[in-house]
Amino acid sequence: MKKARPERSRWVYLDYAATTPLDPRVLEVMMPYMKEKFGNPSSVHSWGRKAREAVELARKQVADNLGCRTSEIYFTGTTTTSDNLAIQGVARAAKKAGQGNHLITSSIEHHGVLDTCQALRREGFKLTVLPVDKYGLVDPKDVEKAIDDKTVLVTIMDANNEVGTIEPIKEISQITKRKGALLHTDAAAAVDYLDVNVKNLGVDLMTIGAHKFGGPKGVGVLYVKKGVEIEPLTFGGHHERGLWPGTEAPALIVGIAEALEIATQERKEAVEKVTRLRDRLIKGVLTKVSDSQLTGHPAKRLPDIASFVIKGVEGEAILLMLSDKGIAASSGSACTSGTLEPSHVLTAMGIPAEKAHGSLRFSLGKSTTQEDIDYVIRVLPGIIEKLRKMAPKGI
Amino acid sequence: MADLYPSLYSKKVMEHIRHPRNLGEIKNPDGMATVGNPVCGDIMRLFLKIEKKKGKEYIKDIKFQTLGCGAAIATSSMITTMVKGKPLSQAEKITRKTIANELGGLPASKLHCSVLATDALKKAIEDYRKKRK
Repeated sequence: MKKARPERSRWVYLDYAATTPLDPRVLEVMMPYMKEKFGNPSSVHSWGRKAREAVELARKQVADNLGCRTSEIYFTGTTTTSDNLAIQGVARAAKKAGQGNHLITSSIEHHGVLDTCQALRREGFKLTVLPVDKYGLVDPKDVEKAIDDKTVLVTIMDANNEVGTIEPIKEISQITKRKGALLHTDAAAAVDYLDVNVKNLGVDLMTIGAHKFGGPKGVGVLYVKKGVEIEPLTFGGHHERGLWPGTEAPALIVGIAEALEIATQERKEAVEKVTRLRDRLIKGVLTKVSDSQLTGHPAKRLPDIASFVIKGVEGEAILLMLSDKGIAASSGSACTSGTLEPSHVLTAMGIPAEKAHGSLRFSLGKSTTQEDIDYVIRVLPGIIEKLRKMAPKGI
Repeated sequence: MADLYPSLYSKKVMEHIRHPRNLGEIKNPDGMATVGNPVCGDIMRLFLKIEKKKGKEYIKDIKFQTLGCGAAIATSSMITTMVKGKPLSQAEKITRKTIANELGGLPASKLHCSVLATDALKKAIEDYRKKRK
């Protein structure tokens, strides 16, 4: 008899904040546009018309779910593309019109936002990077103080992808409105769980990316409120009204629209289910792993993020051992960033580097089960103990 | 690609992470050193037992303890296997490059971990020589 290979007892994917699996319902609506409905939406013949119809119906679907007009929706490449387009596009348009040169952002933004702002700073724009408190919260009063008559854009994320903290975007939007600055938010981490209606949030520009909520990789949306002046970054055609030229990808576009529709419909249910599992995981880790600490806000946090710093261990080593047990997670430790520096989010929250090295983030999804969570709670303490035993004593 | 992404560790590196060799400590070591890389936060400690045979000094036993990422653990483990039983003169010739090669390569961003291992060995040997004086 053939000897059976030792099997992992489970496969547990808890890295949904990195990317989500493609929802089979989304794949189904995408498939025709990868096969027989392959036309270029710009062509006048029936192949083209079918593709154009799909793209414009998808635009309507996205607009309905975000609470805006179809003419305010632009399909782009990724979340990062949308961030770049929003920030650089608005900054350049304002500069051209002589309307100011000052940008405001926070210290815990995704690199898509932070690096774009820094690049503009090097070009001569003024940049204010706001601090956050120990929970990763931006204080709206800091936004108010930072805005001056040269401020063209404030860009603050809707919710943080590493520690889950939800930012007070509605309050900030009231300030930017009053002060006459535009507000952009990167809501990439929020779509499955938070209200992303642009009117409710009060934002002027908003970024989302499909693969964070069950859609395909390689497509994002940028909402640009009517009347906002914005310049394109690339050139080459009329597509997306010249803001993001290049042949549209109908399969990806119908994919993001369907994923957004599903996310909106299932949001309430997802929040309840995922929050309960997240809290079970947080409680389990904090009680079973000594010297572990929750990062991010205890209450104002995304339902899917359970993030920790664990003393006396290094994040990447934990991830490798978890992976051997079939569990996927992530870390903001220096060794996982590729830059030799721990996560800028954790350091901005005042977590010292030696603590940040032991960072560990689980991000749950709609298909996460209680068995998955209990398995992690069973396996993790042994891994931490093993790694701590490997470490030099008394350091 | 392995140059860019630490997730693409070689099989040999993974093998040493899963089953570190010579892990632990030696009571009353002849030489010992603790080195740390403040940039990355890795800390490594090496213990040596030295014996003399025909006037030559050999590494009779070696153990390590490491707090660090996968590459730090693997390079620590690897260097112990490379020098155990070897004359000191030979052990001293080990460079970060030879460790990385033995491991089937390291991602570029992880090369500094192999520096940590060679540093620890160098300092532990120095410690042994100082104690003998």
